Amino acid sequence: MTTADTPLVASDRDSVARLVGFGTFVASLLVTEAVIRIGWLNRFIVPPPSEIVASFGRLFTEEHIAYRFFFTAGECLIAGIMVTICGIAIGVLMQRYKLLQRSCETWVAAFASAPLVLTYPLFMVIFGRNAWTIIMMGFLSALPPVILKTIEGISGTRKVLVNVGRSFNLTATQQFWKILFPAALPTIFVGIRLGLIFALINVVGTEFLINFGGLGQLINDLAERYDLAGTYAAICFVILVSVLFFMALEKAERWLRPVD
Amino acid sequence: MAETGRLRQTAVASPAINPVTLLRIAIILAVLAAWEFLAHSGWLYRDVVPSLLSIGRAMAALLTDRNYYFNLGVTAAEIGAALAIGGSAGLVVGLVLGANRFLARAFEPYLYYLGPTPKIIFFPIMIMWFGVGPESKVALGTLSCFFPVALNVAAGMRQIDKVLVRVGRSFRASTWQMVQKIYLPAMRHPIINGVRLGFGFALIGTLLAETKLSNKGIGFLIIQTYSIFDMPAMYAMLIVLFVLAIGANALIGKLGGLDSIKRN
Repeated sequence: MTTADTPLVASDRDSVARLVGFGTFVASLLVTEAVIRIGWLNRFIVPPPSEIVASFGRLFTEEHIAYRFFFTAGECLIAGIMVTICGIAIGVLMQRYKLLQRSCETWVAAFASAPLVLTYPLFMVIFGRNAWTIIMMGFLSALPPVILKTIEGISGTRKVLVNVGRSFNLTATQQFWKILFPAALPTIFVGIRLGLIFALINVVGTEFLINFGGLGQLINDLAERYDLAGTYAAICFVILVSVLFFMALEKAERWLRPVD
Repeated sequence: MAETGRLRQTAVASPAINPVTLLRIAIILAVLAAWEFLAHSGWLYRDVVPSLLSIGRAMAALLTDRNYYFNLGVTAAEIGAALAIGGSAGLVVGLVLGANRFLARAFEPYLYYLGPTPKIIFFPIMIMWFGVGPESKVALGTLSCFFPVALNVAAGMRQIDKVLVRVGRSFRASTWQMVQKIYLPAMRHPIINGVRLGFGFALIGTLLAETKLSNKGIGFLIIQTYSIFDMPAMYAMLIVLFVLAIGANALIGKLGGLDSIKRN
């Protein structure tokens, strides 16, 4: 009885907790609405949540947010493809030549902790105020985690699998494609997931900063027009997109990672 | 003879410069040579890749310029304030969520999923709330560093050895004593790691906000060099900034003993 009951009680508690979390979120929106309507909070600084919700439709019809979403998604996709190809290639090369790995791995780690996005004025000079500057910012920020996780993944391949490959007299190329790469794929995907998250953050951020492109530019445009409800709604839309993107990547990672 | 052989062996085993250092020097020299070649090749627009000499001159001018240190001070103060406010808020929220499973289940998913959103898009809101002065930059830095600190502290709290908690309880320690004597010392590494991450995010948030709208700070200086197309100065500023950021990051890790965990 007890063993059968325990997971049920735990899942009940989970549902109640989730309900409390969601309830608090809704309650905070209602309180904000009331406080603004009473006049305790200036509606020209914080628009009422009802106005924000109402302006969502306008974002689709007047601001073409769907087109902007696909523009940003396209930039992220190009940055993602570039980072996957280059990051994995550099990671494999570094793992293959140990001297190179020992010489450069700390540099890559330091590169990861550097505020790379601040180089966007430099890329604006090199590429101009266009999508390539945005893509390059996404690509650069996403590169270190993919390189580091590729090295980690290939280095962490179980010895028994490598020995199986050797016992079948596989060539170095066969050993890589049939043993090392498939075994390292779940760890490499962790790097790609982190890289894609950094890419999305930097793509939207750079769009906002250079006032060009998709969703980031829309927020900047609306803020400059002092369309408060629209600005808040566009920010909510970007949050929603990044949360859904993050969840989808997590799901893909769980699907790739075998159950231990 | 045997003695000589041993001496010779030692000399071979530990060369004056090891291959890793040699390769590093070779890579640095190759990059510098390629850079200089590109600067004089005429393949790119003039000054997009300035010569190393002009970057060196710009860096010397930068490091002897009083105005630069004033702006560095402004940015450092903004980042410090952001880290203090966002870090303490993150610490408190992390401790509460880490200590209470119910609250963690209710609210942590919101933090977890809001954490990786691009924070710079909140800057228009920060300007409306706090004005165009340093306050809005501090606010954006605070928002940027709050999430990693809170999530790291909450995760660290859950990883505390249960035995330590039981020892504290068996001594009938009060909540404050538990926090002071058990939780905080046991969570030193997650907290320092959170602060290290938080520092990085606060730095990026504050500087990006400065590049967008400000009249002082390092971000303002960087965007000003872009406006007047002073490329050597921009490169010099970015190099100094990267060195400072990476150095500060490594220092926080070292002070918190994070390097010792990796070795164990």
